[in-house]
Amino acid sequence: MSFFEHYNYHLAIVLSMIGFYTMISRTNLVKKIAGLNIFQVSVFILFISIGVLDGGTVPILEAGQENYSNPLPHVLILTAIVVGVATTALGLALVVRIREAYGTVEEDEVQAQDDLP
Amino acid sequence: MLPLIVVAPLLGAAVAALLPAGRLPWLWATAVSWFMLFAAAALAADVLELGVLSYWMGAWMPPIGIEYRLDAANALLALLIAGLAAVVMPFAGRSLGHEIPVEKTPWLYAAMLLFLSGQMGIAVTGDAFNVFVFLEISSLATYTLIALGRDRRALTASFSYLIMGTVGATFFLIGVGLLYAMTGTLNMADLAARIPDVAQTRTVHTAYAFIVVGICLKLALFPLHLWLPNAYTYAPSAVTVLIAATATKVAIYVLVRFVYTVFGPEFSFGEMPTLYLLVPLAVVGLLSTSVVAIGQDKIKRMLAYSSVAQIGYMVLGIGMATSAGLTAALLHVFNHAMMKGALFMALGCIAYRLGTSRIDVFRGLGRRMPFTMAAFVAGGLSLIGVPLTVGFISKWHLVLAAIELGWWPIVAVIIIGSLLAVIYIWRVVEVAYFQQADNMTRCEAPLSLLLPTWVLVLANFWFGIDTRLTVGLAEQAAALLTGVAP
Repeated sequence: MSFFEHYNYHLAIVLSMIGFYTMISRTNLVKKIAGLNIFQVSVFILFISIGVLDGGTVPILEAGQENYSNPLPHVLILTAIVVGVATTALGLALVVRIREAYGTVEEDEVQAQDDLP
Repeated sequence: MLPLIVVAPLLGAAVAALLPAGRLPWLWATAVSWFMLFAAAALAADVLELGVLSYWMGAWMPPIGIEYRLDAANALLALLIAGLAAVVMPFAGRSLGHEIPVEKTPWLYAAMLLFLSGQMGIAVTGDAFNVFVFLEISSLATYTLIALGRDRRALTASFSYLIMGTVGATFFLIGVGLLYAMTGTLNMADLAARIPDVAQTRTVHTAYAFIVVGICLKLALFPLHLWLPNAYTYAPSAVTVLIAATATKVAIYVLVRFVYTVFGPEFSFGEMPTLYLLVPLAVVGLLSTSVVAIGQDKIKRMLAYSSVAQIGYMVLGIGMATSAGLTAALLHVFNHAMMKGALFMALGCIAYRLGTSRIDVFRGLGRRMPFTMAAFVAGGLSLIGVPLTVGFISKWHLVLAAIELGWWPIVAVIIIGSLLAVIYIWRVVEVAYFQQADNMTRCEAPLSLLLPTWVLVLANFWFGIDTRLTVGLAEQAAALLTGVAP
């Protein structure tokens, strides 16, 4: 088993770390949401990888086909994508309201304004 | 009947969003929450009589189809959610009407019903992926509800909750995905049957770690609780009551369900070091957040920190890995919801009249708002764990469970935690009853706010004296979850 055989799983891990790092290190709230999104997408890749079958085709009945990918992870991920879109939309809406209330989307500046009496 | 309890608030939310602004959405939401209470009571009675109830979505047989499953553990939780919703909704009308502009009411009650639907969904579903979906439905509704707070810090509180909550839910999703990769099923009962065969693999270990950490973020276990104090403090009063009383409790239930049913106690406590993870964190969290609570001058924030401490008690019970410990944990889930509900409602009454919950407005409040303060004190006594209140019952069971294991230091920790609660409740009592305000005019909260508050306060005493229902259900649930025949 070579390292590259499971490159999709490694990719998912790398992506999730990128997303996580963005969330932790950036003070810009929009970038935080972007990081969250990347993190979620890495999980989608993980799920879709689970459903893949060697030599399998799309799960649609067709003559001459024996092997199909597992459709269940795909369906689950469709739901998870919807959840992710809703979360992103809500997060961005909150960022808009934060900007209206504070005049900035930088976390440290928001914090500084709150610390004032 | 079983799916109806989830579908009713879900559809109700859509209807509420379409109703004209004003009192109508509130009346509708109240009607829906009362219907949920009746349905949950009927279902709980069925569970006590017949055992496990199961409903197959679209008549697809589990484990292929999605199953709704109700046993003693979820019946207790469903009853708790529906009961609190039925008490909070009448309270919300006056309280939220005061805090939120009238044109937002349809969306507000739609979000509240969505929240209830999500919570109820987590409670009754028997499908691991469904837990994630409902978790996100209720979380998204919670984020919007918190952001409605009048203070602009509500927005940042909601934002940080959104980030941490989504990370928690996504961790949970990773765990479920890894479990699916190993077992090929998402049904909890089926997972429980198949995990022992693959329990030695690293994938299952990783899945367990992801699921436990993800849920612990949601339930605000000690080092992961940073989102909670701000979220509770800046949310509108009625929303705080609802989320403080139900949201973290449901997450506790998910933890119990996964640790005990899906992975099983042998795996969780034998194969994985759950005991060494949960118990120390619970103890440290319990003591440290109680101390932090003492130093707060915003009473709402103080109670939020005390919530984190109380979560410590529940996790402690879960970590004991015995039937007695689990009984205590489930009892405390139910009882803490009642006491914190009563306390936050009393604060809601105070915020309705005085607009804030800073400690200086409490001066002389014992005479200015006698009934509200009496409710606060009663809730506080219950929080401390004075006999004849529910707080005593759950702490008593927790102490008994610790003694059974011979964990004497833990008994001491439980008692110290209660003493710390005495200190922070006493601070408020002292200011309210022994200090004079400049303005001593009476300003009692209106009856529509006092009545629901006192219903919960009386429930604190009722279930503190007559423990048959709560202890019976909790014992049955614990026996079921730990695999001991009842």
